Amino acid sequence: MTADLAAGAARRVNRAQLVGWLRDYGVYGGIVVLLIVDTALNPNFLSASDLRVQTYQLVPTLLVSLGMAVVIATEGVDLSVGAVIALAASLIPLYLGYSAWIAVLVCLVGGAIAGLVNGLLVAAAGVQPIVATLAMMIGLRGVAVIFNGNQAKPIFDETLTGLGLNSTFGVPVMAWIALVVIAVAVFVVRRSAFGQRMLAVGDNRVASQLAGLPVRRVLLTVYIISGLLAALAGVLLVGHGAEADPANQGLNIELSAITAVVVGGTPLTGGRIRVIGTVAGALFMQLLSATLIQHNVPNSYAQMVEAVIICAAVYVARERGSR
Amino acid sequence: MSEGEGSGPPEGAVVLDVSEVSKSFPGVHALRGVSLRLGAGRVHALVGENGAGKSTLIKVMTGVYRPDGGTVRLADSEVGFADPIEAQRAGISTIYQEINLVPLMSVARNLFLGREPRRFGVVDVRTMNRDAVTVLRDYGLDVDASVVARPLRTLGLGAQQMVAIARAIQIDARVVVMDEPTSSLERREVITLFEVIRRLRARGIAVLYVSHRLDELYTICDDVTVMRDGSVVHTGKLAELDRLKLVSLMLGRDMAQVKRNGVTAFAADHGEIAEKPVLRAEDLQVRHRVHGVSLDIRPGEVVGLGGLLGSGRSETAKAIAGGMKRDGGTVEVAGSRLRRATAGEAVRAGVVLLPEDRKAEGIIPSLSVRQNIALAALPRLSRIGLVSRRKQDEIVAYFMDRLRIKAAGPEQKVSELSGGNQQKVLLARWLCLHPKVLLLDEPTRGIDVGAKAEVQKLIDELAGDGLGVLLISSELEELIEGSDRVVVLREGTVVSELDGDQLDEAHLMHALASESVAAEAENSEAGDDR
Amino acid sequence: MSSGTETQPGAAVDPTPPVTGQTAQTRTERLLELVQRQGAIAVLVLVVIVSSVTSPGFVSGGNITSILVGNSYQALLALGMTFVIISGGIDLSVGSVFALGGVLAAWGAGHGGPLAAILLPLVVCGAFGLVQGLLVARTGMAPFIVTLAGMLGARGLLQAISHEGQSTYQVPAGSWFAALGRGTWPPVLTAVVLFALGALLLQRTRFGHNVFALGGNENAATLMGVPVRRTKTLVYVLSGLLAGGAGMLNASRLTSGVTEIGVGYELTAIAVTVIGGTLLAGGAGSVLGTAAGVLLLAVIQNLIGHYISQYGSSASAAVNGAFLAVVVLLQTYLSRARRIN
Repeated sequence: MTADLAAGAARRVNRAQLVGWLRDYGVYGGIVVLLIVDTALNPNFLSASDLRVQTYQLVPTLLVSLGMAVVIATEGVDLSVGAVIALAASLIPLYLGYSAWIAVLVCLVGGAIAGLVNGLLVAAAGVQPIVATLAMMIGLRGVAVIFNGNQAKPIFDETLTGLGLNSTFGVPVMAWIALVVIAVAVFVVRRSAFGQRMLAVGDNRVASQLAGLPVRRVLLTVYIISGLLAALAGVLLVGHGAEADPANQGLNIELSAITAVVVGGTPLTGGRIRVIGTVAGALFMQLLSATLIQHNVPNSYAQMVEAVIICAAVYVARERGSR
Repeated sequence: MSEGEGSGPPEGAVVLDVSEVSKSFPGVHALRGVSLRLGAGRVHALVGENGAGKSTLIKVMTGVYRPDGGTVRLADSEVGFADPIEAQRAGISTIYQEINLVPLMSVARNLFLGREPRRFGVVDVRTMNRDAVTVLRDYGLDVDASVVARPLRTLGLGAQQMVAIARAIQIDARVVVMDEPTSSLERREVITLFEVIRRLRARGIAVLYVSHRLDELYTICDDVTVMRDGSVVHTGKLAELDRLKLVSLMLGRDMAQVKRNGVTAFAADHGEIAEKPVLRAEDLQVRHRVHGVSLDIRPGEVVGLGGLLGSGRSETAKAIAGGMKRDGGTVEVAGSRLRRATAGEAVRAGVVLLPEDRKAEGIIPSLSVRQNIALAALPRLSRIGLVSRRKQDEIVAYFMDRLRIKAAGPEQKVSELSGGNQQKVLLARWLCLHPKVLLLDEPTRGIDVGAKAEVQKLIDELAGDGLGVLLISSELEELIEGSDRVVVLREGTVVSELDGDQLDEAHLMHALASESVAAEAENSEAGDDR
Repeated sequence: MSSGTETQPGAAVDPTPPVTGQTAQTRTERLLELVQRQGAIAVLVLVVIVSSVTSPGFVSGGNITSILVGNSYQALLALGMTFVIISGGIDLSVGSVFALGGVLAAWGAGHGGPLAAILLPLVVCGAFGLVQGLLVARTGMAPFIVTLAGMLGARGLLQAISHEGQSTYQVPAGSWFAALGRGTWPPVLTAVVLFALGALLLQRTRFGHNVFALGGNENAATLMGVPVRRTKTLVYVLSGLLAGGAGMLNASRLTSGVTEIGVGYELTAIAVTVIGGTLLAGGAGSVLGTAAGVLLLAVIQNLIGHYISQYGSSASAAVNGAFLAVVVLLQTYLSRARRIN
């Protein structure tokens, strides 16, 4: 009987290990599998022009996902990122008259302010993150459309469209921006005092408070970061599309971002963050939709597949939490 | 209320018979062959210090846990409950310390949830409210139809507790388990609760009453069972057991064998103590928990804070360290007053707390040993927000060595360490801040003997280095041998202070067992009435 | 010392003052709570009075019926949302399910007749809610993530049915299904009847009481014998049924299944529910309040549309968000005050 018990325990451990492995590295495996399948079926899959298109689609989601990962690491969530993108899109035409850079700056400030409001609602007023950012999600897009009007406005400024379309050293400017942000994110998480505090607050808020950490400041900061990155993504989307369309740009991006974060192995319960995993998560979802499109799977099925993957990823991550 | 005057209730038939029950969790024998019999119409006290196994026993009786061995018999038939609801249906109801009702629902709905009177398939609210008034009036609550329709939380805590009891009894209860029902009640409400308990007794219901307040036990209970370390150490009539004896049973100390030194790793002679206090707390108030506690700690001094469970020891420490809201009182560190009651403020002033609940309030489980140690010192270890890895490694290495922290390395997850080593990690977290005052809440609980001795030695060393230390411990010898003087708390107030020759187990136990002024007054009043 | 252990008949005279049903609230808190619970109705009345005085066109019969008719179906989403939020959850999928219901109804009307048009959306959307409910209740996944995925999944399903939105199914001319949602009174009456039934279900049945208990304190509800999982699941089924049914009625009114409809409806539904006094944290709320919330936002939208016609809907979204933020802050403040008590 003891042997039985031991065997049962071993099986449980194996299962837990398997689930843990799947959570941590499953996304890389998924990427490899997709790449193999795609190149096998279509040798031109990794062509330069194709990669470029993928990059344009990937980067905005990726930036938003990194901001989301930081928020999720503190056991929060930011549903307002799509609305912040809309806000950025509505601000650009208003300030483009001064200079493209001023317009970008205004966007970033706007994103930071939106993040600050979220952060104040969560950290100072104690509103649940979902609720606070939901209010922003609803209100902000309305504000954006009021600024801009219902119609999309074309953007002709070359600096902005350049951000979205040009390349430096053969690599899109967007990709450079993403690389810089990823590098900064890795550095902050690994090396900065803020990175450690953020994880501590997400893992055990009571203990962090008792250890004298500035819990409120940490929470404020993560929401500001998320707002900033969303605004940056908004600028890139406007530049790439050469139009400002607050009514539609950034719709549902919060879902893609949460998916990328969770698929990348960051649990929704806080205290952990995987920057590279998040990048891989965003990449995986992008590759998946590209693969499905390439094989003429209708968008509708792609959406349903995505829904299933979200649930599966959250389910796998949850398995660990309940242990 | 039909018993004859002064004779006490008759010994009732056994309603619930718990026999030789054992239960273990990974690494812990929570219950070892525990037996307990509850008689009809008797109020049975269950007492014991933390970790004695009381709550595990209650959970076995109420269907939260299944015992590993032994039997539970309810009115002569063996029972094994799958969950608390099954136990409730069988007639065992539990009143929890925290009121387990739905605060936003109306009083009447809380009372009748799941048993609402219905007419034509819909709930008959008028009848429900009318019945609620009848039932609650029976429990001494002065309510009318408008009160029972209001949300439960608009009632005072005492009234809420009554509603919980009324709900529990209505489900044909034969046994009522009350787990510290008075911990957040006002005095007046306690008296009303006792009235209700007497009525339950008169109706032949068996009551199991868990509390740390000796005054209450001696007011309301007939029988007593004392538990320690997962076993029953005494059971019998409460009236035949005096207070001092009861306390010595709980703490596992025989009055005959009073020891002096040799059990702990503390040195007999403590170092030099400065004159001027480094910490001065005046008239601390925490609602329901601490009522006007004042404390001084001088550099180099170890002040023990004694008291039974629930006496407000931990709350006092937390109120000083900013971990709990102060409802009144001041804290001065080295002559300057702390303006805000936050942990950050206290830490900056040099007052740090090693919390009692290491897991929930101390460690950050998924971070590494290094990250946990460096957590509070991050501002000192970093420039422009970037942590110097070199400085961090230095300081972590220093403390891992000095405190002899046993880990696979600084990068091991702290949750994988043993309790003793986790405790040392938390100590290291504070020591790298060079604090002035160290508040230690049960620093050696739940850690093995070797680690315990090391921690005790460390406390001596730290006091020798000139730190002021506040030591909270439920272990008498630790308190006596480790402290230069001991302040004893009961029900949130200082009842005595022992130093010099008085600092021994006999004096301490007398202080712990003494009767409170309020209870004395009441008892003599009751005597006058008769 | 043991004197207290004996029962004394004298004690039955009860020398202690009785524990009364005293309140543990300050006057300000009570006032704020009243605002939080009844504010929507008060503001609604105020807005209606002010606007009838200032703009005579507002009280015209045509305007009022257009407000009522225009919002009856969306109101049903808020009705379902009220149950979900009171139970402590959230349902972000209702906008997509609304659209799905419409497409299914139009398809059903064309392929199987009026009865199919009614039953198909109810069955499919109810089943959709069931799946979400089971995921929430059985796996312990967060409702917002499950229903966020559900929003995507339902949208995908309806795109698949409509061949990526390229085929728009029409309700055949002459089918009596089209009469179901036509005119002024059918939609308004349907909404009124369903709200009345909803109020009855929530306030006067065990299921309703269980929903409150679940959202108020899940631990206590479990200990009090509430069938927690079943109640949770049923709440999402109800929300799915109402969203699908609303979509079906809307399709009958439009006589076709519009695929792009319903985007963002979940946000409006949440906003009006909360503005109507339902606690976002769960455990308290009312159907009547939600009705007031629906009407309030409808009236405001109407007024905004009247004065600044260009950005009517987006301005009201901004107003929505601001309203929501204020109400949520108020709720948080109140629940904090409660905790301290």
